[in-house]
Amino acid sequence: MSKQIVAPDVAVEAGRGTGVAPARMTYREAAREGLRAALRADPRVFLMGEDIGRYGGCYAVTKGLLQEFGPERVRDTPLSESAFVGAGIGAAVGGLRPIVEIMTVNFSLLALDQILNNAATLCHMSGGQVNVPLVIRMATGAGRQLAAQHSHSLEGWYAHIPGLRVVVPGTVDDARFMLAAALACPDPVLLFEHIFLYNMEGELSAGLERVDIDHAVIRRPGRDVALITYGGSLHKCLAAADQLAAAAIDAEVLDLRTLRPLDDATIMDTVRRTHRVVIVDEGWRSGSIAAEITTRIVEEAFYDLDAPVARVCTAEVPLPYPKHLEDAALPSPERIIDTVKSLLTRSEAG
Amino acid sequence: MSPAEPAPVTRERGLALLREMLRIRCFEDRCVQLYGELKIRGFLHLCNGEEAVAVGTMQAIEPEDAIVSTYREHGHAIAHGLDMQALMAEMYGKQSGTSRGRGGSMHIFDSRKRFYGGNAIVGGGLPLALGFALAQKLQRKSAITACLFGDGAVAEGEFHECLNLAALWRLPLLFLCENNLYAMGTAIERAEAQTDVAGKARVYGMPAEVIDGMDVFAVEDATCAAAARVRAGAGPVLLELRTYRFRGHSMFDAQLYRDKAEIEVWQKKGPLITLTTRLKALGLMSEDDYQRLEREARAEVETAVDFAERAEFEPLAQLERFVYAEQAP
Repeated sequence: MSKQIVAPDVAVEAGRGTGVAPARMTYREAAREGLRAALRADPRVFLMGEDIGRYGGCYAVTKGLLQEFGPERVRDTPLSESAFVGAGIGAAVGGLRPIVEIMTVNFSLLALDQILNNAATLCHMSGGQVNVPLVIRMATGAGRQLAAQHSHSLEGWYAHIPGLRVVVPGTVDDARFMLAAALACPDPVLLFEHIFLYNMEGELSAGLERVDIDHAVIRRPGRDVALITYGGSLHKCLAAADQLAAAAIDAEVLDLRTLRPLDDATIMDTVRRTHRVVIVDEGWRSGSIAAEITTRIVEEAFYDLDAPVARVCTAEVPLPYPKHLEDAALPSPERIIDTVKSLLTRSEAG
Repeated sequence: MSPAEPAPVTRERGLALLREMLRIRCFEDRCVQLYGELKIRGFLHLCNGEEAVAVGTMQAIEPEDAIVSTYREHGHAIAHGLDMQALMAEMYGKQSGTSRGRGGSMHIFDSRKRFYGGNAIVGGGLPLALGFALAQKLQRKSAITACLFGDGAVAEGEFHECLNLAALWRLPLLFLCENNLYAMGTAIERAEAQTDVAGKARVYGMPAEVIDGMDVFAVEDATCAAAARVRAGAGPVLLELRTYRFRGHSMFDAQLYRDKAEIEVWQKKGPLITLTTRLKALGLMSEDDYQRLEREARAEVETAVDFAERAEFEPLAQLERFVYAEQAP
């Protein structure tokens, strides 16, 4: 297990600051570089969370930062999620730029009161006097056999809440640079890192210095069908699109990147060009972000559709531990491909 | 931890404290009438009986300090110097209210005075206060955070999480537990296996004291001493201020859970009676003085009501404002 989730202890020199040289790095290293850059750029920034310092982070994202920035700015907390998330909110209002890490999204439920009743609400409740420039990072998603209390994808839940911004880096570039955009935002931003992506290697785009957190991005253009997705499912969609190409089906892959606010314009543009949509979301299907996107498409682009909107979501069970059951519960390239093919068959038949 | 030197009881000090307590009492009593007239709606939690806690504690607060309060916060806000007209406009839900009318009675904010609510989740303000104190410490400020909460919050996990963290990190945080003996309708002895709140704080390694919350001089002396200690960097302190709520929990409370006799006993040792009796006995105040202060307080409240009556409601077109910040901080 530790082999899977602990990063190799390598210093990542390239990609810092200027972003001049293209560099290969893991998603984990990219996230760490984002944190390091933030700590260097602004003395108001500090990190706070469980085992982020001496331990190096449950998923090793913060490894080495304690040694570099000291215990005041890389602050280990006790297992008091409500207290340290609320402390992040208070410190943000009090003039600092906290980055709070919650070990997994399941644990964030212990801080849900603070996230909803304070972070998302203070601005409105105070008539605009108070804003909360706080970033909360948390690990989300399944695929490592961590069973039913460490594997869920609740980012769609959080996207229900006015006052929050919800962002989901799915690429090395976004893992590296979304944090800076989140810190520049005057409102609370929840940033979800998928546990299955931490070991994914990729090339940081040469010359890239920043990304926004406002727009969805087409990761692969296509004409026949749109796969609308985000986060950990992005790579399943890209793999599915490759295989569909072999069957002469040209799939577009749209990476939402931000779940609140949704980039409706880019979503509808994709729908109007492809006319068929499969939404791939690791959340449970009922009441999901996939359901929200479906509704918006029906509301705004119904007559552009050649087939009903389809969804590939996680089976409606708490995630089981055994690998065969976990795999079966989650979206997979195979399920995506099957869904696309049945959609095309239906729309051609119609 | 014993208070340094209690301040002497003088006519000037006594009348100043009494004046503030009367302003609160008159405001609250007027709110009752306005609630009956349907001018004020929603949940309305009044602090009659707890004025000495509000006024005594707020004497220790410096302009740079932060305050986090509860949904029973009218008294704290008035004693801290928030504008009474804006407060009354907030009760009415008007645009010129302290929170532009969006908060109401339970969510009074004034960021210029660092008054950060008005938190209506019991215990929900403690983590926020922890954060303000952490920011003050990291910014090397001499300011402190005062966190007011009731005995009900002691049953919440946040109380324990935050006392532990404040002590562990030696934060400039003054915990002020306004113990009015009831969490809504649940008496503290029906909720807590150990009812000694100050004792719980000591377990977390901070000094704590029980103070007679009906004696405004005692509250002021204790809070000033505790605030000085916190300000000096010695870490958090908790004061348990024993008081009593004369009215129901909110305007919907039939008070089935306590005897009228119990309320009468407490009313006899109420903060206003205690203070006026003492000042008169010491020859520091006449009945005329009292009548004058009460008249002035009533007049101020009436001015606030006039202001609120005349104030505008926020236009409907602005419904969705203030969900996100409108300008970068």
